[in-house]
Amino acid sequence: MKSATTDRERANSFTTISGRPIERLYTADSISGLSYDRDLGDPGVYPYTRGIHPTGYRGKVWTMRQFAGFGTPEETNGRYKQLLAAGGTGLSVAFDLPTLMGRDPDDPLSLGEVGKCGVSVVTLADMERLFEGIRLADITTSMTINSPAPMIFAMYLVVAEQQGADWKTLSGTIQNDILKEFIAQKEYIFPPRPSMRLITDIFEFCAAEVPKWNTISVSGYHIREAGATALQELAFTLRDGIEYVQWGVDAGLDVDDFVPRMSFFFNAHSDFFEEIAKYRAARKIWARVMRERFGAKSERSLKLRFHSQTAGVSLTAQQPYNNVVRTALQALSAVLGGTNSLHTNSLDEALALPTAEAATLALRTQQVIAHESGVTNTVDPFGGSYFIERLTLDMEEGAYRYFDTIDRMGGMVAAVEQGYPQREIAESSYRFQQAVEKKEKLIVGVNAFVEENEVPHPILYIDESAAGAQMARMIETKAGRDEARVQRSLAALAETARGTSNTMYPLLECVRAYATVGEMCNALRDVWGEYEEVPSI
Amino acid sequence: MQYLYGSARVGWELMRKTRVVIAKPGLDGHDRGAKVIARALRDAGMEVIYTGLRQTPEQIAATALQEDADVVGLSILSGAHMHICPRLMELLRAKGLEHVRVLVGGIIPDVDIPKLREMGVTGIFLPGSPMQSIIDFINNSMGQAVTPKAEAI
Repeated sequence: MKSATTDRERANSFTTISGRPIERLYTADSISGLSYDRDLGDPGVYPYTRGIHPTGYRGKVWTMRQFAGFGTPEETNGRYKQLLAAGGTGLSVAFDLPTLMGRDPDDPLSLGEVGKCGVSVVTLADMERLFEGIRLADITTSMTINSPAPMIFAMYLVVAEQQGADWKTLSGTIQNDILKEFIAQKEYIFPPRPSMRLITDIFEFCAAEVPKWNTISVSGYHIREAGATALQELAFTLRDGIEYVQWGVDAGLDVDDFVPRMSFFFNAHSDFFEEIAKYRAARKIWARVMRERFGAKSERSLKLRFHSQTAGVSLTAQQPYNNVVRTALQALSAVLGGTNSLHTNSLDEALALPTAEAATLALRTQQVIAHESGVTNTVDPFGGSYFIERLTLDMEEGAYRYFDTIDRMGGMVAAVEQGYPQREIAESSYRFQQAVEKKEKLIVGVNAFVEENEVPHPILYIDESAAGAQMARMIETKAGRDEARVQRSLAALAETARGTSNTMYPLLECVRAYATVGEMCNALRDVWGEYEEVPSI
Repeated sequence: MQYLYGSARVGWELMRKTRVVIAKPGLDGHDRGAKVIARALRDAGMEVIYTGLRQTPEQIAATALQEDADVVGLSILSGAHMHICPRLMELLRAKGLEHVRVLVGGIIPDVDIPKLREMGVTGIFLPGSPMQSIIDFINNSMGQAVTPKAEAI
């Protein structure tokens, strides 16, 4: 018989960062109902729990795609060339807030925001400068743009065309995920229903014109950053994905014509095992839902591909070098979960946008994992772990429960309109913050192991010159364009928005006429109005 | 309730909850911090008015006046603070609201902190600041205990 003292544990309960209770030990009994063929399958085999490629990273390691953008297009172009020279294998564009919100630099709400959180793109002329000297046919580019995704995508296509690239072979991703904007990040312009129509227009346009382009990156990243638990991130993201598929089907598209070009984007947060289980469950759920709910036939519709990014919200301003360690562990969880591409955050991102040195170190972190740790030698190394498999099954079950609730509300658009996911996330976010306050959850350097009198860390300071430069550029571009053509193209866009035909074609004409992002968005605002959230806490 | 240290006036002073306007200026929509703080201050017994997203300095100053605010808390992560804060301070002064304490939370580079203090921002809270430190800061700056105590009498 064990004595009481040897049985004593240092806490009454052990939970993940999401508050899920964890047992002392997992054994064969924990996964007694698990069936290899039904629940796991070999890598590359339905339901893809163990991965979508039979060879895992033995075939090709994940794409190391570092998100970057600041100031003017020229400054960002310089950073891209540096990242590509350092061995980065894809580009990822961060736009500034005015661009993300469809407002020009001279809009009163753009005060102090031009070029701050990303690069400022106002007209096609900026997009030309952003990719100057970079052959779009040879790289893949991911663009984090949502409400104005059709406008920015149209600009990218026109630059590719100018370079002589064939749209049929062009590849990359636009985020284009408006539901998570309503749910979490709040960078929306138009109301939910017309916003959904812009997305189905892109599905249809790309199936015909840019078949290798990833039309959407359904994102849990921002949902998690807003304070969701791992399960909420998984469930809301996949349910968003289901909503897009449903809207595509309702718009008359065939599932297998557009679902293969949908991709996903998850957070890589700090609770190591919970994250791995989340990615594995995501693949399994998507495969099953596409087959059973939507009758998808193509294997490519069943395979969930995802990008991941380490958790910005976990970075601390205190003792910033600790962030390198956090990021490395988070990145490792994404790799062990089979991520298809990855962004690692820089150590200084709780302080400012990253310096070039910090951004390089973040990329090096991925390279060390890929080439030194040995974790890429075999596929899904945690497959069959009592603990990981139990967590994966529980994640799956929890996600289906959320699906039922949202289905009963009439789908995700309806749930968003009722504020349901927003409330769920706010609740989790507050609970976690309270746990930190009570030191039930420890954050090194913040509520434990604190250092007094820390030396300030050197940061990238974005000066105000981008705003002036971009404003001058815009005035210059406007002076040189054919104004009658601009007005004609904007009128045609508004006319299309009032009807039902595809908005991408008139948008391409607006872009070629050098209309600004603000002008194009305003043309649609005039037809659809702007969305405003009712503030609640 | 009748025996509030003998004076209804003292009672009223004790009873009046600290009124805090939490605002999210600029174009950024990352509202986790603003909402968590708003809720923590409310749970600490303060009267909290959350403005919602994308408020101009003009709108925030108007809310502060209308709501008779003691404190305005701004959440700014986008780097626009050196544009938004001077404008807001100027507008508050113009409306005779010099007594309103202005707090800023978010991503604020070290070099900007003295400049913000100089323009009259009283509290600056960086990522990782405990909610309790913000509650304590407000209570201390109000020079009185906030109401839960008074309500309990």
